[in-house]
Amino acid sequence: MLLILGWIPQFMMSQNTNISTENWLSSPGIIGTFVLIAIVMVVAVIILLVKLNGYIDTLKRKQHNKNKMAFDDEIIAMDKGEIDFILEKRKAALTYKLSGDELGGENEAEDEKGLIHRIDNKPNNAFFDEKKKTTLSIETPEALKKIVIYYIGAAAFWLVLGTFIGQYLGMKFLWPEMDHQSWLSFGRLRPVHTNMVFWGWSSLAMIGLGYFVIARTSNTVIHSPKLAWTGWFLINATITLGSLSLMAGINNGGGEYREYIWPIMLLFAIALIITFFNFYKTVAKRKISEIYISNWFILAALIWTIVLAIIGYLPFYQDGLGETVIQGYYMHQGVGMWFMTFTLGLVYYYLPSSLNKPIYSYSLGVLAFWTQMLFYTMIGTHHFVFSPLPWWLQTVAIVFSAGMAIPVIAGTTNFFMTMRGSWSHISKSYVLPFFLVGTIFYFVGSMQGSLQAFRFTNYVWHFTDFNVAHSHMTMYGIIAFFLWASIYAILPKITGKEPPQVLVGAHFWLAFIGLFAYMVSLMAGGTYKGLSWIEGNAFIESVILMRPYWVWRAIGGSLMFISHLVFVYNFYYMVKNYRKVETEVKLKEVEKITV
Amino acid sequence: MLNFHKEHKNLVLTAGVVFIALSIMVAILPAYQMQETQPIPNQKPLTANEQEGLRIYVSENCMACHTQQVRNIEMDNMWGNRPSIPSDYFFSKQRLDVWRQSPSLLGSERTGPDLTNIGKRQPSDDWHFLHLYNPRAVVSESVMPSYPWLFREVDSTLVGENDKIVAVPKEYFNNPGTKIVATKDALLLVEYLKSLKQMELPGGNVSDFIPALRKIQEEGMRSDKASGGLDGANLFKQTCAACHQDNGKGIAGAFPPLAGSKIVNDESPEMLIKIILQGYDARADYGVMPPFGDQLSDAEIAAITTHERSSWGNNAPAVKEEDVKKIREMVKNELNQ
Repeated sequence: MLLILGWIPQFMMSQNTNISTENWLSSPGIIGTFVLIAIVMVVAVIILLVKLNGYIDTLKRKQHNKNKMAFDDEIIAMDKGEIDFILEKRKAALTYKLSGDELGGENEAEDEKGLIHRIDNKPNNAFFDEKKKTTLSIETPEALKKIVIYYIGAAAFWLVLGTFIGQYLGMKFLWPEMDHQSWLSFGRLRPVHTNMVFWGWSSLAMIGLGYFVIARTSNTVIHSPKLAWTGWFLINATITLGSLSLMAGINNGGGEYREYIWPIMLLFAIALIITFFNFYKTVAKRKISEIYISNWFILAALIWTIVLAIIGYLPFYQDGLGETVIQGYYMHQGVGMWFMTFTLGLVYYYLPSSLNKPIYSYSLGVLAFWTQMLFYTMIGTHHFVFSPLPWWLQTVAIVFSAGMAIPVIAGTTNFFMTMRGSWSHISKSYVLPFFLVGTIFYFVGSMQGSLQAFRFTNYVWHFTDFNVAHSHMTMYGIIAFFLWASIYAILPKITGKEPPQVLVGAHFWLAFIGLFAYMVSLMAGGTYKGLSWIEGNAFIESVILMRPYWVWRAIGGSLMFISHLVFVYNFYYMVKNYRKVETEVKLKEVEKITV
Repeated sequence: MLNFHKEHKNLVLTAGVVFIALSIMVAILPAYQMQETQPIPNQKPLTANEQEGLRIYVSENCMACHTQQVRNIEMDNMWGNRPSIPSDYFFSKQRLDVWRQSPSLLGSERTGPDLTNIGKRQPSDDWHFLHLYNPRAVVSESVMPSYPWLFREVDSTLVGENDKIVAVPKEYFNNPGTKIVATKDALLLVEYLKSLKQMELPGGNVSDFIPALRKIQEEGMRSDKASGGLDGANLFKQTCAACHQDNGKGIAGAFPPLAGSKIVNDESPEMLIKIILQGYDARADYGVMPPFGDQLSDAEIAAITTHERSSWGNNAPAVKEEDVKKIREMVKNELNQ
């Protein structure tokens, strides 16, 4: 033991003499550490399993012996008549045969317990597994219905336009000479894409879905439909004006997600304040005493984002690298405090409600809420690791990025445990697969983001296309999938019209496969790009090597875009003439079946 | 006490106040602190024209693909001689006007090269204009957009004396009787780009890059004491290929070929080394060659010239570091006399 202890510092000293980050992945220290930890882990796991197995065995044996003894006692205690009866029964069972008319006969079929939802004499869909239909219809005030539908409708419009632009941008990597219009050039169009899918698609869809949650979980009507409409107009105006001004070359300064100049973003901020006021007032006049956890997240997301927009646009501390500090803070909090927080709030309502059971743990939700606030707020500077920003600020960001594991694990555990026991529902539902993918990406995307903040990984991946992959994994894999899940969960219930199941399936698979192709290609390409830079190759080499990955990205992007067209059709199908559809339709059908 | 489950007011207030407190701590205070940075002594503010050029840089959102920060890691050494420091941004990162904030020059993605030192790395006007007009005219694999709206097509007879004509190769523009002329915006943008030079710190640059592969290369070189340790082909690609092209053929009408060039193939490398050190503007049919004496070390020049003299069918003896050193001293003496 002493020998080893004496040897370790020597070993470390000898490592220090020619330290180099070059082959860090294959450096003996790193590999050794990994191997050692792996060995310890494997051994620990094996030991644990063996111990556990032994313990369970003893328990089982004890129980078994106990049962045996009890059984022996029972037999000894029986009288002769009882034993004969049991033996006769067994004899009859061994010689039993079917009579051949069990399924026919004179008896009428009855569904006394209302288990059958749908009767189909001609099952004609040979290709797809038929999913369950939405069973409940929710009575919703007409005003709220209209708000939800219009918010989601506008969101769907921005989604299609925004991702069309995104797809066009992706193709410019392959054909840079596609057009020669100044207002379509890559630099000007890129923020048009990002801002449009952020503030247009995600934000509008979130707020629309949020209006339903806030009213429903407060068991009341929303405070002011009029304010909801004002917000709707202001947000749409923001995106229209912002996109036009960006294409005209009016750019706030190129900081990501605050490319709109302040007079335009002001409209968005006002819309946020109005929405917050409206939500707050609705919660204030709730008819139940508790505030449901969804509303914690939704109200906080609004208040945090209002603060964020103000800090992001106030000029007093933004000259020199002050702007860079704020940029890291703003760009990360935009994602974390607005999209992530709000969407989590939605999931806390729509996931349990579509499984028709309560959320697994309310307390875990509360833990996730406070840790979301504490950890997410501190990590903005991880976008500027190795930059001239203060080293302590970078370190804080990295440490808290690792801490992000707490809210993320709390959230995913809660969602998975809610789904547990209902796995069979997932294969029978067209809504739950969206939730499942969203939850998986919530875990994978967030944890990957935390890992990416570490200095070593940042070293390879920063500035490469890996970042683009990460942002799509999160904003698309998490946010968009959760939003679609919520939309498919709620729209049929309030309009009474279900989308064609085949097309929902098409939407799901196209989006999922498309995202996967997009993500994996850019991650692989981004890694090679980073390695090429470390290698010290000429820069153009890294551009050349990206070409095949950019092709795959464009293919993935195309699939994603097509899935959005399918989604818009589904949306149209769900809301078309919804007023004429009677909400009681479902009940009537059930009546017909049972009569 | 605070019952968040039942008191919406307390819930929202607490979430809001704690968030604001954290934000002040992690964003606003550090931002104020960073704003107090002073410029480096002798650092010059942007001229009016450069400032205008910066505005065009922002409005075309060049930041989407180009960073302007040399990180303190070895791989970034190719973009500057030292890691960037907050003072570097003192003049360039000021609020643009009432409507627009301080530009996010540091960037977040390097789809194209870092531009911290582009003015030093690529001092040639002609290159910049041609590159903006069509990047593929100079870098065939580039994916950068063309910026034709920064140029005008003008009838040859109407070209004014002060107009900057861009020598575009025939494959990219072939319209006899007209010329491509840079607009005011292009002139301003290029003026800004050329102003991007990393300042030497007083007392010399301290190279505190976190080391990677380069260090090993240099160590290898030191032990060899020969130019053989440096990769001439790679250095050529990084420094020279933008104009003279990787195949050594140059671009007709803009940048002369090195393949088969008399100067390159000359038994004595003196002229070649002199041109690299001092620049060259003796031929009207080609653009101006800027001097690279400050940018390249003797060993690097030796490696590059050796590569040039032995590639693309060229066949001339290798150049040693000492030869370059000798000529550099000679040039210095000439200037001092």
